[in-house]
Amino acid sequence: MKLQILGTGCAKCNALTQATEQAAKALGLPYELEKVTDLKKIMSFGVMMTPALVVDGKVKVSGKVPSVDDIKKLLA
Amino acid sequence: MNSQLQPHVAATGPAVETLKQGLAVGPIAVAASKPGWRKYLLWGFAGLMVWWLIYRNLAPFAAWFTYSLCGLVKGSHLGAAVEFFMFESPKVLLLLTLIVFGVGIVRSFFTPERTRRILSGRRESVGNVLAALLGIVTPFCSCSAVPLFIGFVTTGVPLGVTFSFLVSAPMVNEVALVLLFGLFGWKVAGLYLITGLIIAIFSGWVIGRLRMEKHVEDWVYATKTGEAGLEEKLDWPARIRAGWDSVKDIVGRVWFYVLIGIAVGAGIHGYVPENFMASIMGKNAWWSVPLAVLLGVPMYSNAAGIIPIVQALLGKGAALGTVLAFMMSVIALSLPEAIILRKVLKPRLIATFFGVVALGIMLVGYLFNWIM
Repeated sequence: MKLQILGTGCAKCNALTQATEQAAKALGLPYELEKVTDLKKIMSFGVMMTPALVVDGKVKVSGKVPSVDDIKKLLA
Repeated sequence: MNSQLQPHVAATGPAVETLKQGLAVGPIAVAASKPGWRKYLLWGFAGLMVWWLIYRNLAPFAAWFTYSLCGLVKGSHLGAAVEFFMFESPKVLLLLTLIVFGVGIVRSFFTPERTRRILSGRRESVGNVLAALLGIVTPFCSCSAVPLFIGFVTTGVPLGVTFSFLVSAPMVNEVALVLLFGLFGWKVAGLYLITGLIIAIFSGWVIGRLRMEKHVEDWVYATKTGEAGLEEKLDWPARIRAGWDSVKDIVGRVWFYVLIGIAVGAGIHGYVPENFMASIMGKNAWWSVPLAVLLGVPMYSNAAGIIPIVQALLGKGAALGTVLAFMMSVIALSLPEAIILRKVLKPRLIATFFGVVALGIMLVGYLFNWIM
């Protein structure tokens, strides 16, 4: 599964990265995580609030850091 | 109120099971499980009662704490400062918690995507007014000002309309309004709301008239903005949870600054003589308004941090217009914001943006000093 974290490097972006990794590991999913910091690329997803989580090309979370449990539900 | 809501909305505990079920099955199941709703209402009501009781008894508590428990002398500088701090800090935090919770729920109805759809292709003037109004209720963080700016201007929102939103969103916010209401009454809060909106509308309109599109960095308009397709259907338990999340987020982030602000305010309250500010920040000092704006622009604080200072200044004879101008310029314009916006705006547009907004704030300052 391809996970992308969109954000220009704010504190919340790192929090979302960590929470997502925890969730993916807890589920035992094979995943590949990429941090997208380029603004043009971020905009191509249509995201206006960072950080955002993209799962297999689809925007799942924008503008907030959900709990690990909530991310698990999004990944499952 | 905190302790009342916590077991209900936090991610653990048995009560959450009903909430999660509600989330999973949607509104129909919620309507069917009436007892769950009754529990919500009951807890909400009990929480409000406790909140109200604490709120009502803060003044006697602060007096008791200062003069009986600490044994300070009534009328002393230290006594006045301590009493001020013990009264204001729980009061401001209580107000903040309640309002941020309510606004968190309201904001779950508005997303930047929806706001953008409403504003896209609007003519100016109507667009400026709408953008300023939507700025109040749309969730906004200055950290995502840049993606928001690009998302707006590349999908048909006029530049001036975008600026109306960017001015109104940070300046006219619930934290500022509620604190003003709590500390100075509805008149000051209302004046702030109306003049804040007018400044946002006016600055956006002026920037639109100046045709400054060519002063946006060239790559911005070449950017292809995608469609996120993130449509969340929320039911009420989820909205309540959103409200609680924003309390944890916002109050968790600003409480420390609120306390520092109130401590500074308490110092001014206890030690600075009455009417001390009248000479430097009073009505008759014409230069005080531009000076207040000049001092406020490079400073960066949120509304919660600045309002206790505002209160102390007002209490010591500073003029309302001067103080409001100071507050608006601190919240609406800041150096960090200019640096962030530099990514998408050329220096001339940033300078124009700051200049026009600062001018609007100064006019408001003079207006208040003149009416009051």
